Amino acid sequence: MNQVAINPAPWQPVCQRSDLVANSGVCALMGDPSATGPLAGRRSIALFFIPHATPQFYAIDNWDPIAGAGVIARGLVAEIDGELTVASPLYKHHFRLRDGACLEDSNVCLRTYPVALDGDCVSVALAPDRQ
Amino acid sequence: MVKQKLIVIGNGMVGHHFLEQLAARPERALFEVTVFCAEPRPAYDRVHLSEYFAGRSAEDLAMGKVDQYREWGYELLLNDAVASINRKEKTIISASGTTRPYDHLILATGSYPFVPPIPGHEHARCFVYRTLEDLDAIRAASEDARCGVVVGGGLLGLEAANALRELGLEAHVVEFAPGLMSVQLDGGGSELLKNKIEDLGVTVHTDTATELIEEVGGRLRMQFRGDRELVTDLIVFSAGIRPEDKLAGSAGLELGERGGIVIDEACRTSDPHIFAIGECALYDNRIFGLVAPGYSMARTAIARLCGESASFTGADMSTKLKLLGVEVGSIGDAHGRAEGASAITFVDEQAGVYKRIIMDGAGKKLLGAVLVGDTGDYDQLLQYHLNGIELPEQPEQLILPAVDGETPALGAGALPATATICSCHNVSKGQIMEAVQGGCCSLGEVKEQTCAATGCGGCAALLKNVVDEELAALGVEVNNHLCPHFEFTRQELFHIVQVGEIQTFDELLEKHGRGHGCEICKPTVASILASLWNDHIHSKPHVGLQDTNDTFMANMQKNGSYSVVPRVPGGEITPDRLIVLGQVAKKYNLYTKITGGQRVDLFGARLEQLPEIWRELIDAGFETGHAYGKSLRTVKSCVGSTWCRFGVQDSVGMALHIENRYKGLRSPHKIKMAVSGCTRECAEAQSKDVGVIATENGWNLFVCGNGGMRPRHADLFATDLDDETLVRYIDRFLMFYVRTADKLQRTSVWLENLEGGLDYLREVIIEDKLGIGAELEEQMARVIGTYQCEWKTAINDPEMLKRFRQFVNTDEPDEKIVFVEERGQPRPARDDEVVKIAEPA
Ligand code: SRM
Ligand SMILES: Cc1cc2nc3c(=O)[nH]c(=O)nc-3n(C[C@H](O)[C@H](O)[C@H](O)COP(=O)(O)OP(=O)(O)OC[C@H]3O[C@@H](n4cnc5c(N)ncnc54)[C@H](O)[C@@H]3O)c2cc1C
Ligand code: SF4
Ligand code: FES
Repeated sequence: MNQVAINPAPWQPVCQRSDLVANSGVCALMGDPSATGPLAGRRSIALFFIPHATPQFYAIDNWDPIAGAGVIARGLVAEIDGELTVASPLYKHHFRLRDGACLEDSNVCLRTYPVALDGDCVSVALAPDRQ
Repeated sequence: MVKQKLIVIGNGMVGHHFLEQLAARPERALFEVTVFCAEPRPAYDRVHLSEYFAGRSAEDLAMGKVDQYREWGYELLLNDAVASINRKEKTIISASGTTRPYDHLILATGSYPFVPPIPGHEHARCFVYRTLEDLDAIRAASEDARCGVVVGGGLLGLEAANALRELGLEAHVVEFAPGLMSVQLDGGGSELLKNKIEDLGVTVHTDTATELIEEVGGRLRMQFRGDRELVTDLIVFSAGIRPEDKLAGSAGLELGERGGIVIDEACRTSDPHIFAIGECALYDNRIFGLVAPGYSMARTAIARLCGESASFTGADMSTKLKLLGVEVGSIGDAHGRAEGASAITFVDEQAGVYKRIIMDGAGKKLLGAVLVGDTGDYDQLLQYHLNGIELPEQPEQLILPAVDGETPALGAGALPATATICSCHNVSKGQIMEAVQGGCCSLGEVKEQTCAATGCGGCAALLKNVVDEELAALGVEVNNHLCPHFEFTRQELFHIVQVGEIQTFDELLEKHGRGHGCEICKPTVASILASLWNDHIHSKPHVGLQDTNDTFMANMQKNGSYSVVPRVPGGEITPDRLIVLGQVAKKYNLYTKITGGQRVDLFGARLEQLPEIWRELIDAGFETGHAYGKSLRTVKSCVGSTWCRFGVQDSVGMALHIENRYKGLRSPHKIKMAVSGCTRECAEAQSKDVGVIATENGWNLFVCGNGGMRPRHADLFATDLDDETLVRYIDRFLMFYVRTADKLQRTSVWLENLEGGLDYLREVIIEDKLGIGAELEEQMARVIGTYQCEWKTAINDPEMLKRFRQFVNTDEPDEKIVFVEERGQPRPARDDEVVKIAEPA
């Protein structure tokens, strides 16, 4: 296990480890339209698996607010000044995997989520991430 | 403010330069400018006139543009020569009857070809070689001709002879003097040139005076002194030029004894309100028949009009050129006429090289030089000559073949800041240093800022030296590292991967890089790996290296959906396949558009639909069009000889052949090609990276053209190639580009930064100077041999298909991709059209 949520969070199992693609991203649909609380609504999330990095797993919003499209999972993973980022495919803004900050526009920040691995099952906690 | 009336008579190269330079100055606002142009079109590049026969159009050669002049606020009167000047009233009258007053008059009337008064010279099949109209007439006459004779063995005569040869005629040169190019060359140089030119199939008759031309049986018989004769179909006179000074003469301006409008250092004629510039002007009893001195006169006249004190005090007439493929150079006093001059000559008969340098009595200064067969030393010798640099102990070293590369290279550092580097645009070493100090850090930027090396191009190598030295002197470490993860250039990485037989990004990163890589190095290395080993871009180790378009083998659109572009080689498509495209588009509700690359683009496919769409297309026989890749896009074609009444070769067949040959080749940037069936050029091949234009005898190959943000016309690379040679050159050209270009560098920019330019490229590709020709071909053969349609492989591989899921945890589509209908087709909905979907912001 790479990351452990400190607070009890609404964990949601997402996929199998084999669904992830090393050094790249996949997209998952989270949330439950009928629920209330943190799980309310639907949200697409980009999951990245970087085998040589610590931590190895990252979950970040899939919606790129600058481009206005859900495409972050299809971005290229790039190391910029020692930090892992994803370059959004449409206009190439870099978002830090660690905390979602946009390197080119300090007003923009994507939400990031804790990821946990339970055996082969990948789970994401949809706790609103305060930063 | 009352503007001063400025009239420019003549809109040739020099007149145009005058107008262009004036437009760049703030003082332009002081003048009301009118231009009279006797020719039907504004100024064009006469220096490159012969390229008109090799496929360049009048448009390509144009320098002055009607719109441009309008923008500059000039009045341009085409097809209207000035007929007389009334100096007392300061007015002119044109042939069409227009009268205009002037405050200042610029005479830029150029010169006209001299036709010796040989009886019969006025025959309809006798021509001169100066204007586009002359060339049109020669071309028309050549259509039913077999043989052509050029009278005059000077520089222009030889150029004309080459043109005749390229028009498919048996070419002869008749020269009155004992040698060719007698103005520029000494006896030895001229003899060698003659031999070389005869080897190329042009017959040279020196010491031959023509006495009579008469028509015999529909052909022309030339009677020479001494009872010799020659029968031909057409004759081109190139026996020198005469200044166009009639207008000036009848206005009473002072002329030289043998013609030419006399000017002083300010370029003023004997009337202080009238300037004369270019080939019509006579300074110090000399006419300067080259553009560079003309340009310099133009600048002088402008400076004087603006109240500055520039002077024209003569010009260096050194020249370097290639005639019929033979390199010829002449510097300064080529004949060694100065008193006490001594000379050193080097001859290599086997290689066909002749070099001679002429020094002053003390052996310290270079007075002149003659080079035939190899002008590699020209730039250096010219700098010695122009700047009076003291010669080395053993001056012969300057022209002897290098022993172990030990020629004492005259570094750019040895030149004074005042040394002229580019004589076409009068750019000094000092100006180049300033540009570099001002922040230009590449050759391209310096060229753009100073214009150096954008005229005849002869100074490019020297310019690069100056720029490099200056950068080094400034301590600018020219950092051309790819990115922080690899301290190498793309070219170096290519070499490392090739020699080390490295197969994956991780392996390369581990051995030669650091960190995790980024969006610069990952796609670059992926492209290198693909160019060399040609694995599927999706095979495991390469996943995650590509930009999204390559990864999903489709182009992402603004709303996250994709476009699908099947290959339609050469733009040729059967009705059945066309129907399939329509059916697939209809079934998946895709927007369809005919692209600029002669194929059909289907837009609006969702990620998860891509494999299904491709399965249907592949079943119908389509392949991927690589619209997403840095790779071959399309080979555009025209219908060619199969249908078109003008076509001379099967352009569609050739386009198909090369598109199928190079499809899938991964390269530093995208590559576009086109094949036209004749010189009308309907496929626009001259705007492509590789352009092929059919000729009667085969194909002309053009390279390094570009549309896009900075259009560049392709350069003519080789002529009249047979199919096999054409393909061999393209193989080598492409692989050499793939090997040596920088990341995301189109062929146009690559060529502009290639040391030695087009000539060097020809040496590598055609003459195989680096000895890598076979290797390049082999490498290409490997790429061609391992071609696979990436989509075909992908749809048959369940692992690869997994990547095309929108969500890993559900089959639902992405509800945020919304389309609306416009003009009967779907398009992405704008923000205001999307019904807000319940996702917390
Ligand atoms: C579809 C098409 C426009 C059309 O509706 O006709 C098109 C569309 C795009 N062009 Fe283009 N170009 C298209 C013909 C051209 C042409 C004309 C031609 O090829 O004859 C040019 C100028 C010629 C040239 O490239 O020399 C052209 C010059 C560019 C450039 C500028 C390149 C340059 O060197 O300056 C770009 C940007 C780039 O590549 O960096 C570009 C990039 C693009 C991209 C890929 C932009 C992007 O990254 O999203 C567009 C997406 C295509 C898609 O989604 O499928 N496109 N583009 C044409 C596809 C041709 C094809 O069948 O493959
Ligand atoms: C085939 C060829 C190759 C050449 N190669 C080279 C080379 O490699 N390097 C080099 O330096 N030079 C070269 N030259 C020479 C170069 O082209 C000339 O030096 C240059 O064009 C001179 O420019 P200009 O403006 O003085 O004259 P021109 O270009 O001749 O222009 C004069 C213009 O004035 C017009 N005109 C004349 N009288 C009137 C009038 N009364 N009213 C209105 N308009 C009038 C003419 O019609 C003409 O359009 C070459 C020339 C030719 C023909
Ligand atoms: S380029 Fe020539 S052959 Fe091709 S269509 Fe045009 S006119 Fe016909
Ligand atoms: S000398 Fe002609 S371009 Fe520089």
